[in-house]
Amino acid sequence: MTHDFSQEITGDRESQNQQGNTWRQYFSFNTDHKVIGVQYMVMTFIFFLIGGLLAMLIRAELLTPESNLVDRPLYNGLFTMHGTIMIFLWIIPFNAGLSNYLVPLMIGARDMSFPLLNAISFWILPPAGLLLLSSFFLPNGTAQAGWWSYPPVSLQVPGDQFINGEFIWIVSLVLIGISSIMGAVNFVTTIFWMRAPGMTFFRMPVFVWSVFSAQLLQLVNLPALTAALILLLLDLSFGTQFFKPDANGDPIIYQHLFWFYSHPAVYIMALPAFGIFAEILPAFSRNPLFGYRSVAIATLGIAFISIFVWVHHMFTSATPGWMRMTFMATSMLVAIPTGIKAFAWTATIWRSKLHLETPMLFAMGGAAMFIFGGVTGVMLAATPFDIHVNNTYFVVGHFHYIVFNTITMAIFAAIYYWFPKITGRMYAEGWGKLHFWLTFIPANITFFSMHPLGLQGMLRRVSSYDPQYQGWNIIASLASFLLGASTLPFIANIVGSWLYGPRAVDNPWHATGLEWTTSSPPPRDNFEEIPTVTRPPYDYGNPKYSVIVNSDNSE
Amino acid sequence: MQRRHIDESPIRFDLWRRRLPNWLQRFLPSGGGTHEDHHGKGMFGLTIFLLSESIIFLSFIFTYVALRLTTHNWLPPGISGPELSTLVVINTVVLLSSSFVIQPAENALKRNQLSKFRWLWLITIAMGSYFLVGLLIEWKSLDFKITTGLVGSTFYLLTGFHGLHVLAGVVLQIIMLIRSFIPGNYNQTHFGTSATTLFWHFVDVVWVFLFSLIYLWRT
Ligand code: HEM
Ligand SMILES: [Cu+2]
Repeated sequence: MTHDFSQEITGDRESQNQQGNTWRQYFSFNTDHKVIGVQYMVMTFIFFLIGGLLAMLIRAELLTPESNLVDRPLYNGLFTMHGTIMIFLWIIPFNAGLSNYLVPLMIGARDMSFPLLNAISFWILPPAGLLLLSSFFLPNGTAQAGWWSYPPVSLQVPGDQFINGEFIWIVSLVLIGISSIMGAVNFVTTIFWMRAPGMTFFRMPVFVWSVFSAQLLQLVNLPALTAALILLLLDLSFGTQFFKPDANGDPIIYQHLFWFYSHPAVYIMALPAFGIFAEILPAFSRNPLFGYRSVAIATLGIAFISIFVWVHHMFTSATPGWMRMTFMATSMLVAIPTGIKAFAWTATIWRSKLHLETPMLFAMGGAAMFIFGGVTGVMLAATPFDIHVNNTYFVVGHFHYIVFNTITMAIFAAIYYWFPKITGRMYAEGWGKLHFWLTFIPANITFFSMHPLGLQGMLRRVSSYDPQYQGWNIIASLASFLLGASTLPFIANIVGSWLYGPRAVDNPWHATGLEWTTSSPPPRDNFEEIPTVTRPPYDYGNPKYSVIVNSDNSE
Repeated sequence: MQRRHIDESPIRFDLWRRRLPNWLQRFLPSGGGTHEDHHGKGMFGLTIFLLSESIIFLSFIFTYVALRLTTHNWLPPGISGPELSTLVVINTVVLLSSSFVIQPAENALKRNQLSKFRWLWLITIAMGSYFLVGLLIEWKSLDFKITTGLVGSTFYLLTGFHGLHVLAGVVLQIIMLIRSFIPGNYNQTHFGTSATTLFWHFVDVVWVFLFSLIYLWRT
């Protein structure tokens, strides 16, 4: 049951890389889902770096109580762009890239169901992202109303009715949304229609369940955001009055449409992370995933419930009492399927011999941090508490525990875990561990500090604050600079290993997923022969099933 | 069958762990066998895309209804709002009946009756275009603009967004018609016409709702 990975990891298989892709392909219009997946992941990582630089500027401004590093309009632009980039150009599209790479391999398909559409979905993103960034060079700067862009604030733009940061912000987001909808159509169709013989729904890895659930949410909820953005654009540039209070319009409608998407969006971001945990924790504890079916259904359950909780973001928006009560109740319901997941993760690694390679460190760290972020989430869902801390740094702390400490950590876990599959080479373990500790400790210091700040009443989205808050702010800022620096060993490791790392074997972790039965990197059509699946997904611990054998019909 | 292996936990939540999965499994297609069915895949993709589209329309309808219910002076002084004129009625009748022309057209193509397909298809194109011209004439005749209060904002939003869909439908129809003249291209045309037909039905159904909300809901 326990196994020493280290020997296999560096196993030498020459000519392995022959089927791999040349670097040129990654810069061209290509319909191979694996190339597209890598294109997504590399591009979004660049946006992650840009978003991170903006965050460090914000933290630098907050070192002192006075607003003295950047002027206020620029400060507003910085946090608006930081949030927008991190959500819409890092986490969500990174997940799209990872899913693109993995889903066809995991379900035993040769490609996505609509390869051309897939490539188009990707190629919409670079221009949309560049468009968004270009607004820094406008005379009046970028959009300044925060990533949620509430009217009427977002409608108060200086200068021209078309050439302004807000206009550009809306157009780029609509483009990104179109890309995501096309992606969602592709994913859902692929998972429905392209599974290998024998790959029933309850033989799919939890990661595939997560992608399926998250992409269903994209299909059902994202159009509401698109609708809200279209209305906002009409108000901003074409003289309509949907959201203008002084002309009978109603800005609250925008909030409803916005959160109808943006609450489920947190699960569009989080579910793939949970899926990553469900792949890595069993592999590195050599245990089957505890309660596989419950976890799969809980995944759908989380997605379903998340459609009915959006008003918990609007408790302080003149929301009537009955609505607050109802949505407080539905929000707390999410704790049940989420609890099932957290319980399953714990039970999976319970009393097993853990292999603490880098992917496992990131997965365990991320899963643990989710427990913390989930608890503050349930606290916020309690209306009276939320009214107290709404719009303070407590909220910022809460969601960074989720979006950074949980989801971004899960993404790193995934990069290390599937790195040998994607590149055919092995990363350097020591550097990976260094990266983990340099991330885990500063991230906790940075984002924990925000909770006391919020409880004491420090507001979010301000560039100057009362001197009483300076202590925790200095701690948060210094730790955040360290956090920024932690990406350096990561980049060095990934780039260096991709170019010069030792060749990896097909299945360095002895994992059970179908993706590990093909070569590293996989050939153009993924499998020499489409496998027939006769096994449940997490057969660790059962020697007979420790690796899924393709045409084994012994059952 | 496969249940045996998965049951590694000693705890039994009967409904949760056993019945629900089996029930779900019955609904969800099991893997394999459908790989090469491009037509089915394509229609499935289009259907879920239309699900997405309907959420955009629903969001606009929600905005319209919410604004209308909470606004006291919905019509600014001197403005009578959108009228249920003969033009609108004829337009609606033409659009809705076009669904009953495009369906036989699609069926004709499936039975390889190419010239019947082309004729019926052409009539659909004409009907769709008639609707678009009618919409423009209606817009011209109205005494309010998109900037005239909420009534203007919502009216032009709903009819305009729907009109864009009609336009897209007509363009698709024209493309399919041209394709049907290119020999050897019939396979793609089969999927394209089915997709266009489904899209067209969708546009028609949406119009039923918009028409009722805009013209039949009197103040
Ligand atoms: C699963 C991962 C989660 C993510 C990614 C996430 C993300 C976020 C984000 C981005 C915000 C800030 C929105 C803003 O004001 O700009 C937020 C706020 C909030 N979250 Fe979460 N969250 C998650 C889990 C939860 C859970 C499990 C709950 C409740 C059971 C919850 C309840 C809330 C509430 C009530 C707020 C609003 C606080 C306020 O504005 O006063 N969250 N979350
Ligand atoms: Cu929420």
